[in-house]
Amino acid sequence: MKPAAFDHLSPESPAAAAAMLSEGTRILAGGQSLGPMLNLRLARPERLAGLSALAQLRDIREERGRIILGAGVTHARIEDGDSPVALPPMLRHVARGIAYRAVRNRGTVGGSLAHADPAADWVTALTAMGAEVVLLSGSGAERRVALPGFVRGAYRTALGPQEIISAVEIPAAMRDALWGYHKLCRKVGEFADAIGAIAVHPASGHLRLVAGATGGAPLVLSGLGDGIARSGAHPGPAALRSALAAALPGADRVKLQLLATALDRAIAKVIPA
Amino acid sequence: MTTGIGARVPRKEDARHLKGKAQFVGDIKVAGCWEAAFVRSPLAHARIRGIAKPAGREAQVFTAEDMADLRPIRCESTLPSYKVSDYPALATGKVRFAGECIAICIAPTRAEAEDLAEAVAVDLDPLPPVPDIATALAGDPPLLHEDWGDNLFLTTRHDGDLDEAKARAAVVIERSYETARQAMNPMEGKGVLAQWDHRAEQLVVHTSTQVPHLIRTGLSEALGLDQSDVRVIAPDVGGGFGYKCVLQPEELSVAWVARRTGRAIRWTEDRREHLTAGANTRQHSYKLTAYADAEGRLLGLDADIWVDVGAYSVWPFTACLEAAQAGGNLPGPYDLGAYACRTYSVATNKPGFTPYRGVARPGVCFAMELTMDAIARAVGKDPLEVRCLNLVPGAAMPFTNVTGKFYDSGDYPAGARAAAKLIDAEGFRARQEAAAAEGRYLGLGYASFTEQSAHGTKVFAAWGLPLVPGYEQAMVKLAPSGAVEVRSGNHSFGQGLETTIAQVACDWLKLDISRVKVTMGDTGLTPYSTGAYASRGMVMAGGAVSKAAEELARRLRIHGAHLLQCAPEDTEIRDGAVWNGQASVDFAAIADAWYLHPDRLPEDVNTAGLEVTEGYKPEIDTGLFTYATHAAIVEVDPESGRTEILDYVIFEDCGRRVNPMILEGQSYGGAAQGIGSALFEETLYDASAQPLTSTLADYILPGPAELPGFRLGHAETLSPYSRHGIKGVGEGAAIAPAGAIVNAINNALAPLGAELTRIPATPHRVLDAILDARAAREAAE
Repeated sequence: MKPAAFDHLSPESPAAAAAMLSEGTRILAGGQSLGPMLNLRLARPERLAGLSALAQLRDIREERGRIILGAGVTHARIEDGDSPVALPPMLRHVARGIAYRAVRNRGTVGGSLAHADPAADWVTALTAMGAEVVLLSGSGAERRVALPGFVRGAYRTALGPQEIISAVEIPAAMRDALWGYHKLCRKVGEFADAIGAIAVHPASGHLRLVAGATGGAPLVLSGLGDGIARSGAHPGPAALRSALAAALPGADRVKLQLLATALDRAIAKVIPA
Repeated sequence: MTTGIGARVPRKEDARHLKGKAQFVGDIKVAGCWEAAFVRSPLAHARIRGIAKPAGREAQVFTAEDMADLRPIRCESTLPSYKVSDYPALATGKVRFAGECIAICIAPTRAEAEDLAEAVAVDLDPLPPVPDIATALAGDPPLLHEDWGDNLFLTTRHDGDLDEAKARAAVVIERSYETARQAMNPMEGKGVLAQWDHRAEQLVVHTSTQVPHLIRTGLSEALGLDQSDVRVIAPDVGGGFGYKCVLQPEELSVAWVARRTGRAIRWTEDRREHLTAGANTRQHSYKLTAYADAEGRLLGLDADIWVDVGAYSVWPFTACLEAAQAGGNLPGPYDLGAYACRTYSVATNKPGFTPYRGVARPGVCFAMELTMDAIARAVGKDPLEVRCLNLVPGAAMPFTNVTGKFYDSGDYPAGARAAAKLIDAEGFRARQEAAAAEGRYLGLGYASFTEQSAHGTKVFAAWGLPLVPGYEQAMVKLAPSGAVEVRSGNHSFGQGLETTIAQVACDWLKLDISRVKVTMGDTGLTPYSTGAYASRGMVMAGGAVSKAAEELARRLRIHGAHLLQCAPEDTEIRDGAVWNGQASVDFAAIADAWYLHPDRLPEDVNTAGLEVTEGYKPEIDTGLFTYATHAAIVEVDPESGRTEILDYVIFEDCGRRVNPMILEGQSYGGAAQGIGSALFEETLYDASAQPLTSTLADYILPGPAELPGFRLGHAETLSPYSRHGIKGVGEGAAIAPAGAIVNAINNALAPLGAELTRIPATPHRVLDAILDARAAREAAE
């Protein structure tokens, strides 16, 4: 299990990294998913552009009512609260549950989002939190894409051919959000079999209920979410199961059961059943 | 502090392991050594049409055609109906499992060797695969070995008369059980480094093995070398579990290439190779019918057992040890009236079956223990009471059971009751009811078993295997400094034998363990041993060391008595010296007299000196039977299907405990592996026999967070037939967890009407069972 030969590139700026992207060039942003794929020779890029030396991507700051996490911020820094600005408790909780500490030490929030593994944590958690992804092109142009919308499906994103993720922006109001996050997995540290996530901030009118690890893009259950916002009541497991069955016609009964359980328990953290 | 038998001595080997200073095959540095990578079959069953080596690199790639002088692995057995398979080091003509070696490529680094392996073009003509037992035994199946005419390595029969049991039975329990295929996952995979030593005129092979002397025998035969021209050294070995008790095809290829090229060659197995080509164990299928009276007393058992043994027979244990052991061990610790059993060792397109810690017994214990609980439910009694009614009591010992196993000592019902007491079975029922009132599902389950350890000559001879272990030898010697050297051809690969056999020597020689140096695993330095398997190390190597140390102690007293000017019978050994009253002469002075000042010794001194090699086997060949009962309390979450182990106890009687701390470690580790079988581990295949679980993201091993805090209890019934009353214990704890845990799950789920009969009991299977039961209930209403 050794990777096929590749060249390692060290871009001098995030925009330069984006400009390097081509058919045979991929970004290395922590390598906790790409590394094993390289070793299994499932990924065989000719060149890897490494981002870890770019200090700009490790920045965490607050502007315009938004917490801006550089794409190169590691899960471990979020877990530890190693940040000049206070991080939302939900963010730190989710970081703490990602894989194992060794993975969290190197894995980055931008790398995880760009990889868009359906069973990974950030795609679902950041969707619930109403985050936006900042995409930077080789020309230096930036655009913002909201979650949902950024993740298009399993391992598919809105990233253009010469774009990288430079940052993730989270509403600062999320510091005061009510939230629930429940992950079901075979063992501690494994990828999820089902994720339920909910973030509620009544003052700003934010309530988002998301099912993750569905096999595709995170599923925003807006109908159920609106119902919770109106009634302030837990919808109950039967309503969750039927909403999931309607939204995921291909899912088997066990998958639906697991997703319903994860959602049920996430919601119960906010509203007792 | 004494460091003899019974002392909780810290392990001698741990300092180097904790400091990262141990030396595994991968750590050895040899100038000019190249690394090897294998081209492995991408298909499970195919004819090889051609293999094209990359142009210009032909000298770095070897195929079966190049190795015409290398004999295949061929394991004979005299068992009736047994069919022999030729297992070539590199596939010849056909490939029979995905991951089978086709070519070996060598280069200065592993990455370059893998580049080379990728460049080898293999032209395969796919054949219909045999992915499972059903396909293998269907009418007109594809054949793995065409000349056989079927896909059966072996069938065995035990034809007991069940008529009376059937006539008297108040309850009849019929069940089918399945256990998953697994990979053993030692932390260190296989690894081998071979080189030709021109000075010694020897092929020197460092290999990660439990059985260095056997590997020397096997390698010599395959390579056509005299055994004296081969030296095998097992350095530090990072776990064996049975995975490393057989001759490996990679050992043959690497040794052959090293000899041919004159270059040191190393190969180390990576985790993907292990999880695919190494998925070679545990997969059983059962159909059981049990007959019991209204009290729950077992009157008879009728069984069919199928073992999915894969494509090839391994050397020296064959593909059939598993099924033969399953048929022989299914009755377990119970006094069973009548028994009929048929076993089938079925060839499939999977890696060749290799015995794993517990050999067959984790499967038979699972099947038998779930059946005991089913009987208990049927007769409306506590599972513990039904067990105790059927377990062999102490008053019946020694006891020969229905399959001729000779249970040497112990009190099985007392052990089961002790486990129940340890887990507070009485208090549990109130706990269970209180939880039920909160909508929570708690369950208690038991599993009892016997562990036949150190079974010897007659047992192996009856299986007709190439290996029949006899007298285990060991050497104990007083070094010139007065320290003691122990040499054994057995091996220490995590189970602590390096420490425990030193303790045995300390027991006779009454010196601190720091003064005992143990050398193992090197065929050039140690007496022949068939190695470490079948929980035999402590009984056999320990017994041999005991015998040699006893003789050395006798000679030390003779020499000491001469130096003290007294009679040997007036001396005793303590504190590293020979004493006569208040006068003493320490071992260093005795050694000095023998090695450097023989003028101080009498003319009629024993010229064999202070170096003793002895051979030992227990007074019986049928094995010493350790026994235990495991009990587990679990909580099953019916919404997520997750099982949490709330409490887990092991009550075991393994005779004399040489080092209780090491024994506890063996219990924890074995039970952890058993929990892997019970809840997590499973090699999955698709319909074309492609392994689907090729990384640790897919093949789930339990981690620390998934394991309970084990609680242990012990009885110590000494075996009357072994030195110091020792029985083997290495495998035991891996045997019972699946039975105990799934019984606990079924106990928890009883109110929902769900019953699991298949392991691992994954959340998916638990939910399926609950949803099926719910659907059945709704259909009935």
